[in-house]
Amino acid sequence: MIKTIVTAAAVTAMVAGAGMAVAANISGAGATFPAPVYAKWAEAYKAQTNNALNYQAIGSGGGKKQIIANTVDFGASDKPMTSAELAANGLQQFPTVVGGVVPVMNLPGIKAGQVRLTGQVLADIYLGLIKKWNDPVIASWNKGVALPNLPITVVHRSDGSGTSFLFTSYLSMEEPKWQAGPGANDAVNWPAGLGGKGNDGVAAFVKQTTGAIGYVEYAYAKQNNMDYAVMRNKAGKWVMPTAANFAAAAAGAKWNAAPGFYLLLLDQPGANAWPITGATFILMHSKQTNAQSGHDVLSFFDWAYKNGDGAAAGLDYVTLPDPVKALVRKSWKSIVGPNGKPVYP
Amino acid sequence: MSIELNAVRRRSTPHGFAFEPIFEGLCFGAATMLLIALGGVLVALTIGGWPAFSKFGLDFITGVTWDPNPEHEVYGAAGPIVGTLLTSALALLMALPVAGGVAFFLVELCPTFLRRPIGTAVELLAGIPSIVYGMWGLFVFAPFFASHVETPLMSAAPAGSIWETVFSGIPNGSGILAASIILAIMILPFMAATLRELLSTVPAQVRESAYGLGATTGEVVMKVTLPYVQRGAIGAVMLGLGRALGETMAVTFIIGNSHGFPKGMFDSGSTIASTIANEFNEASGLQSSSLIALGLLLFVITFIVLALARLLLRNQVKA
Repeated sequence: MIKTIVTAAAVTAMVAGAGMAVAANISGAGATFPAPVYAKWAEAYKAQTNNALNYQAIGSGGGKKQIIANTVDFGASDKPMTSAELAANGLQQFPTVVGGVVPVMNLPGIKAGQVRLTGQVLADIYLGLIKKWNDPVIASWNKGVALPNLPITVVHRSDGSGTSFLFTSYLSMEEPKWQAGPGANDAVNWPAGLGGKGNDGVAAFVKQTTGAIGYVEYAYAKQNNMDYAVMRNKAGKWVMPTAANFAAAAAGAKWNAAPGFYLLLLDQPGANAWPITGATFILMHSKQTNAQSGHDVLSFFDWAYKNGDGAAAGLDYVTLPDPVKALVRKSWKSIVGPNGKPVYP
Repeated sequence: MSIELNAVRRRSTPHGFAFEPIFEGLCFGAATMLLIALGGVLVALTIGGWPAFSKFGLDFITGVTWDPNPEHEVYGAAGPIVGTLLTSALALLMALPVAGGVAFFLVELCPTFLRRPIGTAVELLAGIPSIVYGMWGLFVFAPFFASHVETPLMSAAPAGSIWETVFSGIPNGSGILAASIILAIMILPFMAATLRELLSTVPAQVRESAYGLGATTGEVVMKVTLPYVQRGAIGAVMLGLGRALGETMAVTFIIGNSHGFPKGMFDSGSTIASTIANEFNEASGLQSSSLIALGLLLFVITFIVLALARLLLRNQVKA
């Protein structure tokens, strides 16, 4: 009799425990760029832990608005907030995966990786100052390449996007005239060319226009075998857009010296670092009103840091180097619940 | 006496009388709700767009610079406004004769057994979502248009002539003319279906008496049936124009999305709707207010177009 009661109690406890695990339902919203990998992680996480993640890819701007309004457990953005912005909104951010921007071209007779571009040349092309592919400035970096006598058609993103933000930030760093002109933003007043909607819109215009140049996310360029350009990095080396070179940019970055992880990974030191690299970020409130939901979010990303690299690489995202992950985990200590204690672990 | 009267009254009450006020109330409610919704949209757009209007004033409508960088942001909507009017007008110009032809054929010339299949096909075309037209336009139509229309026309245009200006741009299948053609294809089935319905309301006697007087099919169409349905036909055209003015996704894919005035037919431009679709997701502050103000402008433009149509109609009826 007593035994039966004990068993029943144990079963009840187990059911209750399982019930609590099911209750964990994390909500997030924001950037579209990392949405596929978050979905993949969420699927695997749910299979293992039974905890669900509901992520809405509404765009980085929307993600910021939602987390500031506190309607989601976390926001996601391709454009990091400065430490002043973070402090003003009581937020904290950390990177999850790394991506990059790749210049792609359509030149007859020229294969992927044959044309070399510097940041300044790229900026001058996008400013409309360099108008022909056989311009002496381009030719001086490409001795031995038969550059055609074709007008350059500039293709940019028409929609506001983190990709454009990284690209224009890079151009601003490399060419003062770009910084003084269009500047860096997720949408700018483009001085030249035409705009395609999304990566596929840009890619379609580049493919259809002889002599076109555009820029797309690395994963998109790779999956569609687009003809990319080789870029010169800070170390003066010519680098290809490969996963290893994006990782090199992330590894060489001084995350330690970046308060609030505000780091664009543009033009980073390192012999192999691809110059137009950027991380995507998660935004959370430093003071969680509900310690449990904060705990659930951080458990998910901790799990993803531990187990998610394979899935991310399969989707052509570049994962963070281990020392950076360790730094991020340390930063989680300052995300506290109502009682002032860290919500995780 | 009074008791008797009451009994009479009760008997004369129709059976469903009790439901009458409810029915009337529901109809009234439906109509008022529409007005309230319309008014609500207008108020919301005005409030949302007010920061942009008060900051830029008339420059918001006449300015050509659209610079969303927060460090030096300026919003002038002249480019998108011109793009909207230009693409819609061109689309209407292209679609109207074809839509008329389809409708006349279906009503006057088509063998009876073909009438239903063709009519259904036209209605099916009207139901294709605009994003599908956009993707088709970008991946199928644009390459074809570039190699078979734009490039030949550009090379055939004599240097220094007006045609060189008209056909200037980038020959890659995107731009003002390409967007107008896609728009024309989109509004065509809609207008053709409405026109067909209208033409079939013309009484057979009217048509037959014209034929009896020896009129040809062309004469019957131009001088009898068309004047007969004139009023409704203008309405159909205006509905098509309304759709063209507000069309978003298909245009966004193919117009080339550069703010400022297009310099030629093959040059890229933008419309009000495409600008909103492109930028609203990531916009905040003054930019999102400017986009809402653009929405209000589109509202006003559509209203003006409809009002003009009414005016046109009234004058013609008087004449």
